[in-house]
Amino acid sequence: MTFMKFATASALAMMVAGAAAAKSDITLAMQLEPPHLDPTSAAAGAIDSVLYSNVFEGLTRFASDGSIIPGLAQSWEISDDGLTYTFKLAEGVSFHDGTSMDAEDVKFSLDRARAEDSANAQKALFGSIAEVEAVDASTVKITLSAPNGSLLFNLAWGDAVIVAPESIENIKQAPVGTGAFKFANWVQGDNITLERNPDYWGTPAKLDKVTFKFISDPTAAFAAVMAEDVDVFAGYPAPENVPQFEADARFQVIVGNTEGETILSTNNKMPPFDNVKVRAALAHAIDRQAIVDGAMFGLGTPIGTHFAPHHPDYVDLTAESAYDPEKAKALLAEAGFGDGFTTTLKLPPPSYARRGGEIIAAQLREVGIQTEITNLEWAQWLEEVFKGKDYGLTIVSHTEPMDIGIYARPDYYFQYDDAEFQAMNTALEAEADVAKRSALLDKMQRKIAGDYVNGYLFQLAIPTIAKAGVRGLWENAPTQANDMTGVYWAE
Amino acid sequence: MSRSLVIGAVLSAVFVLAALVSFVWTPYDVLGLDIPNKLKEPSAAHWLGTDHFGRDIFSMIMVGARTSIAVAIVAVGIGMLLGVPLGLAAAARTGTLLDEVIMRGNDLVFAFPSLLIAIMITAVFGASAVNAIIAIGIFNIPVFARLVRGAALSLWTRDYVLAARVSGKGAARISLEHILPNVTNLLIVQGTIQFSLGILAEAGLSYVGLGAQPPTPSWGRMLAESQTMFSFKPHLAVFPGLAILLTVLGLNLLGDGLRDALDPRLRRAKR
Repeated sequence: MTFMKFATASALAMMVAGAAAAKSDITLAMQLEPPHLDPTSAAAGAIDSVLYSNVFEGLTRFASDGSIIPGLAQSWEISDDGLTYTFKLAEGVSFHDGTSMDAEDVKFSLDRARAEDSANAQKALFGSIAEVEAVDASTVKITLSAPNGSLLFNLAWGDAVIVAPESIENIKQAPVGTGAFKFANWVQGDNITLERNPDYWGTPAKLDKVTFKFISDPTAAFAAVMAEDVDVFAGYPAPENVPQFEADARFQVIVGNTEGETILSTNNKMPPFDNVKVRAALAHAIDRQAIVDGAMFGLGTPIGTHFAPHHPDYVDLTAESAYDPEKAKALLAEAGFGDGFTTTLKLPPPSYARRGGEIIAAQLREVGIQTEITNLEWAQWLEEVFKGKDYGLTIVSHTEPMDIGIYARPDYYFQYDDAEFQAMNTALEAEADVAKRSALLDKMQRKIAGDYVNGYLFQLAIPTIAKAGVRGLWENAPTQANDMTGVYWAE
Repeated sequence: MSRSLVIGAVLSAVFVLAALVSFVWTPYDVLGLDIPNKLKEPSAAHWLGTDHFGRDIFSMIMVGARTSIAVAIVAVGIGMLLGVPLGLAAAARTGTLLDEVIMRGNDLVFAFPSLLIAIMITAVFGASAVNAIIAIGIFNIPVFARLVRGAALSLWTRDYVLAARVSGKGAARISLEHILPNVTNLLIVQGTIQFSLGILAEAGLSYVGLGAQPPTPSWGRMLAESQTMFSFKPHLAVFPGLAILLTVLGLNLLGDGLRDALDPRLRRAKR
């Protein structure tokens, strides 16, 4: 009886408190709108930014600090030879359309992703999987063709989430997942709404409704935040405004790590960049700190190789390509370009690229390299540069986690074709031993830094601006995601 | 001389002079960046402050004047070179198919908002100063063609033209020797106005990223780049904005003043 009274009283108290806070919905703005809503068939990071962990879940998942934690798989056993993974799935999980999620759905999802004709943007993640087997409704056995140390990591990607055969047909417009939020509405060109999933199998979401609003223009972004039209701006595009938000008590500024290695991508097959001395000259002509200060207003950590500085296996190789214009000139002269040369510099829209491009153009001019700057929209950039490989230099941030493996792909847009590196990458993929993996990663980082494949600029730091009362946002961005499942209002 | 003519001439001269001087001298190099000195307020060292790359805004406005003026002059030139002969031809052959074709073609170009044509051209052929010039030039053609045709039509009825026809001169020769000299005043006035519109159009195109490409300084792009910083460094937007305002105002006053000064009827009325 006493207990009942206490419970009622506290429930009342909570209701009063709840009435004061009142807010159970949130509007989160981001710059890019997803082209469609199927994370398993496109490279566009914006899809994951809306859906990852909110609507779709994988067997494993990323936590904010980058560690891998259980997702739909509650536990797993790895055989001694490292070839068989047995996953125990969470019980009582159902998709948003009411169908149950079981081992057959997992088998369907993974087989679909790794199929010959799969449209998955990261098929390499599933390369080592030989067979997926549904042992019983809640047990999945994955057999590998060779040991793979990063399988659990790979399965956490947005490209490896579990989808259902019943709802796959309309996934691009009406995604049906297992997450704590379900898809509600998409007003194209403006926003996407998610609603709380009342039947969620795990810890339910604290918010009733999340609206993702798309604001691409930096000036409009500033206005929207200042006018409090949006509660959170994830990936705020104008770093120059950050001090203003920091000084304003209405807002909090979260600057966490990202996986975005921002690089001066170089077309390694296009003369004169096929000459390693020219690439070395490029590297020495670049003053990274000036780019971080000028383009990012101080946000970002200089990097000397294609690896995230907050990763334990990171090697600081910035000294190997230290800013030294005299050395750059000497290298150019050695390579037979004493009088310099002219090349193209194609820039996608983000300010790190547009502003960074102008700074790099000025720095290259100092050593005699002239650049013709072309500003491209993302679609043009993907077509001309990424797919068409029609460029000399470009600037872009590679936001996928642990993506040093792209250097082992000779058809990738920087066209770096090196047998030695490819062998190292093959060895890495088969290696499960942590210490040996570290040693390999060390060698791989040194190799691409020593070959000056690209100009390594800085690790992108993306500020998130949020109203002071918002709690539970991810601090770091180990993958492209805005995990809203733990977000709530303080006050 | 009217007051607007003097003010207009002085303002226009200042910017033309700044553009000319910028070829040989600017206080600072506009291509060299000085990032440690970025976003400085106006001072003795940097009269109008520095931008987000530490470039001297005064120097950039000088070179930006060069960009604006070059684009506008060539664009107006294109409009005149093509529009004037078209207008003369249409007037000489008034009522014929040639006249119809020329004037309806002009109507077609005129029907599109001028900036829209410019955006279309730069979107198709790529963003550059040259394409901006072509785009602005194209929408100048009908302006001059119409102006010249209208004026020429009334001139063709004059007695001295009749006399020339009687003496056996062909239409082309009459247009060149008798019509063109008498529309020159109109062309100068309209050219000045179109010149100011060209500067506005160049600024507009650069503002949306379709004009001169970096690192060439341009007033429109200076404005665009200052947008997110305007709230805490207003000088970044104020000075290029003033440059555009004063130049366009000056050219318009100059155009008005010239019209008053060159129009014989108005001149007589004032006396």
